[in-house]
Amino acid sequence: MTFTAPVLNYTLLSPILILLGGALIGVLVEAFVSKALRSIVQLSLTVGTLVLSLAQVWRIHNETSMSAAMGSVIIDGPAILLQASILIISIISIFLFADTDHFTALAAALPGSEEERHSLETGNQVTEVYPLTLFAISGMMLFPIASDLITLFVALEMLSLPLYLMAGLSRRRRLASQEAALKYFLLGAFSSAFFLFGMAYLYGYSASITYAGIRESVVGGSGNDVLLLIGIAFLSIGLLFKVGAVPFHAWSPDVYQGAPTPITGFMAAATKVAAFGAMLRIYYTVFANAQWSWTPLLSVIAIITMLFGSLVAIAQRDVKRMLAYSSIAHAGFLLAGVIALNKAGLEASIFYLFAYGVATVGAFAVVTLVRDSSGEVTDLNRWKGLGKRSPWVAATFAGFLLAFAGIPLTSGFIGKFSIFSAAYESGAKGVVFAGVLSSAIAAFFYIRVIVLMFFTDATQDGTSVQLPSALTRATLVISIAITIALGVYPAPLLNVISNLSTFIR
Amino acid sequence: MNWLTLLMVLPLIGSVALAVLPKENEKLVKQVALASTLVVMGATIAMAVGFQRDSIELQFVEKYAWIPSFGINYALGVDGLALVLILMSTILAPVVVLAGWNESQGGRWSVKTFYILILVLETMMIGVFAATDVFLFYVIFEAMLIPVYFLIGGYGSGERSAAAVKFLIYSLFGGLMMLASIIALYVMSGAQGGHTFDLAALSQLQMSSMTQNLLFLGFFIAFAIKAPLWPLHTWLPDAAESATPGTSVLLLGVLDKVGTFGMIRYCLTLFPDASKTFTPVILVLAVISIIYGAILAIGQRDLKRLIAFTSISHFGFITLGIFAMTSQGYSGAALYMFNHGFSTAALFLVGGWMISRRGSSTISDFGGLQRITPVMAWMFFLAGMSSLALPGMSSFVSEFLVLVGTFTRYPVHAVIATFGIVLAALYILIPVQKALHGPTTPGNENLSDLNLREKIAIAPVMAIIIVLGFYPAPLLNVINPAATHVIAQLGFSDPAPTSGGK
Repeated sequence: MTFTAPVLNYTLLSPILILLGGALIGVLVEAFVSKALRSIVQLSLTVGTLVLSLAQVWRIHNETSMSAAMGSVIIDGPAILLQASILIISIISIFLFADTDHFTALAAALPGSEEERHSLETGNQVTEVYPLTLFAISGMMLFPIASDLITLFVALEMLSLPLYLMAGLSRRRRLASQEAALKYFLLGAFSSAFFLFGMAYLYGYSASITYAGIRESVVGGSGNDVLLLIGIAFLSIGLLFKVGAVPFHAWSPDVYQGAPTPITGFMAAATKVAAFGAMLRIYYTVFANAQWSWTPLLSVIAIITMLFGSLVAIAQRDVKRMLAYSSIAHAGFLLAGVIALNKAGLEASIFYLFAYGVATVGAFAVVTLVRDSSGEVTDLNRWKGLGKRSPWVAATFAGFLLAFAGIPLTSGFIGKFSIFSAAYESGAKGVVFAGVLSSAIAAFFYIRVIVLMFFTDATQDGTSVQLPSALTRATLVISIAITIALGVYPAPLLNVISNLSTFIR
Repeated sequence: MNWLTLLMVLPLIGSVALAVLPKENEKLVKQVALASTLVVMGATIAMAVGFQRDSIELQFVEKYAWIPSFGINYALGVDGLALVLILMSTILAPVVVLAGWNESQGGRWSVKTFYILILVLETMMIGVFAATDVFLFYVIFEAMLIPVYFLIGGYGSGERSAAAVKFLIYSLFGGLMMLASIIALYVMSGAQGGHTFDLAALSQLQMSSMTQNLLFLGFFIAFAIKAPLWPLHTWLPDAAESATPGTSVLLLGVLDKVGTFGMIRYCLTLFPDASKTFTPVILVLAVISIIYGAILAIGQRDLKRLIAFTSISHFGFITLGIFAMTSQGYSGAALYMFNHGFSTAALFLVGGWMISRRGSSTISDFGGLQRITPVMAWMFFLAGMSSLALPGMSSFVSEFLVLVGTFTRYPVHAVIATFGIVLAALYILIPVQKALHGPTTPGNENLSDLNLREKIAIAPVMAIIIVLGFYPAPLLNVINPAATHVIAQLGFSDPAPTSGGK
């Protein structure tokens, strides 16, 4: 028996390899660089790695060869767009990590223990969050380009494991943060199990683990449909868990609230891009011909997700929880793009993912600024009168909220319009109607926050808006600029997306 | 020359200029704001002079690709109706700035922000009437809510935030209904020869009558909230009560016209068959609005709420004229939109001066103003007479046309609507009697009469009301060709007048 060395096509893999390299160097930095320099070295290393990776994505964007690593990943137009989105969102959210006040000094120390106090006193801040983030990002980059189920599962774990840890890194309210991390981990493990279970059935159905192989069986229609249905159902559970669709959303409010705010912003934005990217590829290519079996179910989930997210968000009193439920509602809107199953739907989904991700990072950046002496203030009642004290920060936050609500001249409106029109075109009128209805409901609670900030008199309880650091300011400026630019003149980006949006099967 | 874009850009330049001015120099801020609105008014008049009156084509047309992948254009153009409404908006803007010279002082934010919001709003007011691309129209229609929301919530009085939120939620809800219809139109256009939002192209779409009815409702609900038609009117009295008089003028005088304008431009053009199907229902709603608004106006004790309810009655007349489907009714409705802008402006501005002098908006707090402040009292009286459509006032012409136009096809509706005129006499004369005549209410003895600035502000409004009352021809000449055209396109011809007797 002869052994053939696999052809990896390193050029196409290079964006991910760069990230992994950067992450490994980050681990070494953590071990060897002195504590005075560590933070700044890590930050520049991470940003540098991300920028390099983005440049590499740009360089390969019109490579003719599409398949790498023996066909287990495919770099096609949508893959390039999704990878670029993930990297851009990561870069603007990584700036928020620079404020070490959010992160526990020593994650390994028990909350309230002697070691914790010691490391706080000596200023011995560990910065393992940077390499963890890079590992997570490389998983996210792999997730939407995977083209067999094993790679898909590896990518899923690669992006999830660092995120479980990162959710538990909060400096304040450490117990709540660790509880969130544990909850995320346990539920995530469950969903991974479902996912694997689905994989096994799909293998049983088609005797293949590659997308192409399964697709062939679906198109041929020769296999046992029961196996296919069970496979699709369980695989979908794993994916729907990651995007936080109802009824697999239970983790998200707690995790959003418990995790350090910069992590929440990063996670909410980038994970959604990666997970929906993978979902789009699977449903648009592998299961496209079995549309009859999954669109009804996914439509119901989409409708429930939109309505549930919007309705429950109304009752929230904590800004991070409110944004969590709002992100559930947005997952529902994005599912409409998956259901659409046409080119317009794919383009709309990619645009929506990018626009929503950028606005989300921006919104959480604002949350990091509102503080009192004991840390962030997330209680909405204490956001009263924010517009009076810091009109610019409040106006920026209002801009993001209007984008979430889908008001014209923000990116959110173009996204919503394009995704709903694509879904309508494919005949999913019920989903569109529910989407419009829940947009109206959602507008209510977004506007309520604007009322709180601008039209309510402030309470005197020491809540104040911290002066943004240069990096946070950069995040805010970039994300609001993108949000408005994509609302006023989205044509260039839409053209790029339109030219690149064809899945290679 | 891109006249319409120029008109939209001018106020924006003004708002940018305001943004760089120092916040402390309030006087300069106001002067720049006034100058900007005057320039826009001048430019609009200059444009209107070049309008071909006898043409039924859209004029001053501009078209540029905006979002090509969705077939969305930045497309502008005006017919007689849109021109008249743009003219009204740009004349009202400087009047509002001058009349409400001090009303921005009690706000949550600076005077500067107030005028920036007003100027941004003016850009959108022009754009919403000029847009000929449905998507562009929708974008402006929704985006307009934001400045108004901040104007009410930030500079109003009383329960201002609640009123602002109520206004916004109602409008957003209507807007989203319209969005659903727009998406459906877009998708259908894709199936019938390429995605587009061009109004003319969309009006050629083939669709089943069921689809047409549903889509019509999506648009109509949005416009009926805006215009406001009973039973979707409940946000208006609250908003008008809380907003500053100037904001109320823009809100009732201009923004609400977008509703009636939209019924003509979008409902009738895009869904002619559905419009006919729903005409009986809409006419009944219009008549109810006329009577209901008038009766509730009579019962109001608050001056601003009273004016708001009179407007609900007036919007009933406008809707009646539109859906009577006769050219007189249509011309009357179009003229009514213009006239209502000025008579409401007069009522709100003079009412606003009375309220700010007295420090109360309750009608019974006034009394004897005719002796203490004769000029202000006369102005209020004239504004009231215009509101009740006294012959010789411009609104008489339009109300008469609407009733005549309705009577030829729907005599019963017209007869009931005529009672609205009787009720109008009551809702105007009662406050006139209570506030202007009778013994002087204690506390009113030292009220001051209108100053020069206020006189200058109200003079053009009164002039327009009276001149057009005696000689409405210039406006009717602009409106009539479009009216005949629209009615003919709907497949109606005016019923031949019957000579009396059998």
